[in-house]
Amino acid sequence: MTARGLEHMEIGAGRTWRRFRRRRGGLVGLGVVVILLLTAFFAPLIAGNVPIVCRYQGRWSAPAIVETFRRVPVVGQWISPSKPFGLPSVDAKSHLSQEDVVFWPLIPFGPTETSSDSLRPPSSVHWFGTDRIGRDLASRMVHGTTVSMTVGFVAMGIATLIGLSIGGWAGYAGGWVDALFSRLIEVVTCFPVLFLILSVTVWLEPSIVNVMVIIGLTRWTSIARFTRGEFLRLREQEFVLAARASGAGPFRIAVRHLLPNAIAPALVTITFGVAQAILLEAALSWLGFGVQQPNPSWGNILRSAYVQLRWSPHMVYPPCAAIFLAVLAYNLVGDALRDAIDPRTETRTV
Amino acid sequence: MMRRVLYRLGLGVVTLFCVYALTFWMVIVVPGNPFASGDRNMPAEVERALLARYHMDDNTAYFFEYLAGAVRLDFGPSFQYRDWTCTQIIAQSLPVSVTLGLLAMLLAVLIGVPAGVYSAVRRDGWLDGATLGLVLVGVSLPTFVIGSALLTVFAVYLKMFPIGGWGTLMHLPLPALTLATPFAAYIARLTRIGMLDVLSGDFVRTGIAKGLGRGRVIRRHAFGHAFLPVLSYLGPAAAQAMTGSFVVEKVFGVPGIGQHFVDSALNLDRGMVLGTVFVFSAMIIVFNLVVDVVYGMVDPRISEVVA
Repeated sequence: MTARGLEHMEIGAGRTWRRFRRRRGGLVGLGVVVILLLTAFFAPLIAGNVPIVCRYQGRWSAPAIVETFRRVPVVGQWISPSKPFGLPSVDAKSHLSQEDVVFWPLIPFGPTETSSDSLRPPSSVHWFGTDRIGRDLASRMVHGTTVSMTVGFVAMGIATLIGLSIGGWAGYAGGWVDALFSRLIEVVTCFPVLFLILSVTVWLEPSIVNVMVIIGLTRWTSIARFTRGEFLRLREQEFVLAARASGAGPFRIAVRHLLPNAIAPALVTITFGVAQAILLEAALSWLGFGVQQPNPSWGNILRSAYVQLRWSPHMVYPPCAAIFLAVLAYNLVGDALRDAIDPRTETRTV
Repeated sequence: MMRRVLYRLGLGVVTLFCVYALTFWMVIVVPGNPFASGDRNMPAEVERALLARYHMDDNTAYFFEYLAGAVRLDFGPSFQYRDWTCTQIIAQSLPVSVTLGLLAMLLAVLIGVPAGVYSAVRRDGWLDGATLGLVLVGVSLPTFVIGSALLTVFAVYLKMFPIGGWGTLMHLPLPALTLATPFAAYIARLTRIGMLDVLSGDFVRTGIAKGLGRGRVIRRHAFGHAFLPVLSYLGPAAAQAMTGSFVVEKVFGVPGIGQHFVDSALNLDRGMVLGTVFVFSAMIIVFNLVVDVVYGMVDPRISEVVA
């Protein structure tokens, strides 16, 4: 009997995916999102002043690969940095001599590595040029990707967790629980989000973690609303009744049977939410409240580009293009997803 | 109807209190005394007197004192502008932000609604494609990018508008257009979806079957229904346009309330931050309420469901 719910889910997800696959825009968007995620994850292998693989004083090591995995949250804590470079304090470039074998990343400059070549226009050495203190812009862009993608995912991850729990609980329990949570949703919807973020980032030190947490804590309301609606609609259906009759507890019913069927509308909101979070982080960093120098983010690269817009406009284009592309990609995925889930928009008329 | 309005008003008051309490908690709990900044050496009694003047010695008392003041629209003295009260600053800069926000919303509706209707009526035509493309661009570009681009083209190169500032009519179009763009895009999208939905409805088919012209059916019968989702979006959007415009204000140097908020936040100006958040939340709540009431009048089914 419990298989009924799962079967239901698989049909739903499979159908949605088949419809989604038919949309070119959505697929292109998904492709861009995947590329951006890969860039974000493997940033140290694409750009950095740490060799991918090298032989230093007769010993082989792979510092950038180790560094990539060291950046993974939780797991990364247990990985020790690759010897002989105590990253990132030791400058690998000056330590390696002629007879050492080195494979550098594609862009052999660190995101915070300064040089005397300041404000150079794009060239074959510095693809996007350099900034005021001679940092390679291409490298900063690549590492900025990590920030934007992390913000989008962590912020919406928190929002999703809260939204699904509260929405699901309200929808499934009904009664006074529903009334209470519905009021809570209404109250939080009225919060001036940007102002909360600004207040917090100013009073606490501005950090990317704070930005993510606040976006997450305030942007869950629409997810909760949709989930509540779906749970209300689904909980009276036969497969839920069947599950209950065969002895499944409320938690099991909610997670195993209701959630897979109710996730679709929330998924659309989450996708758009990631786009919004990226825009929000960019705006905050642009105002100077987000990621702080010398760490790179698309927003703060743009901010420093504005300062010397007159003299060297080359710095403006890469972050603008990147923000636009990333947000556009998420919006395309969200659009296609919504069309795939809601067949009404597909009907042809008049 | 009356019951619904009262219910929403009550809820609004609760919301306002929650926002106030939360902001207060954030502002107070987080350490940071604007007078304690290292280089200034002041005698202990002077510091005590200052703290007392700005009510920084007793948080619980300050909470209720400020709340009592805020209800009477008295937000106390400002830290950063020593000769001004927060109420004066807000009273001076709020109209600027409201003007800009309302103008932007007007523009957004004037651009978004026709675009949405036309692209729905001529579905899959080139105009539809162009509109959808523009909508995506409008939603995806950050306002500071749009603003700077407009500024560079129309103010710096073409010299049609002043580069920034406030005061004359010529200062209005660029920031208003910048602020309007994302809203216009979203409204166009909502209108298009609503219109497509309505056009497949039975009453539209009936209208056409009875021999009414297509234009008449679309204008007189379909449009009203398609506009409903847009209407419910207008409330939050208007509030957002008026309160969330400080990026635009910064790009164009508009002396609106957003600028003051950023400054006051940077200077740890507690009174100003609390006051601004208070006023903004109140505005958001009122706009949601107004739209809710209008919505209830347009579509009576809604008001029967709640309350």
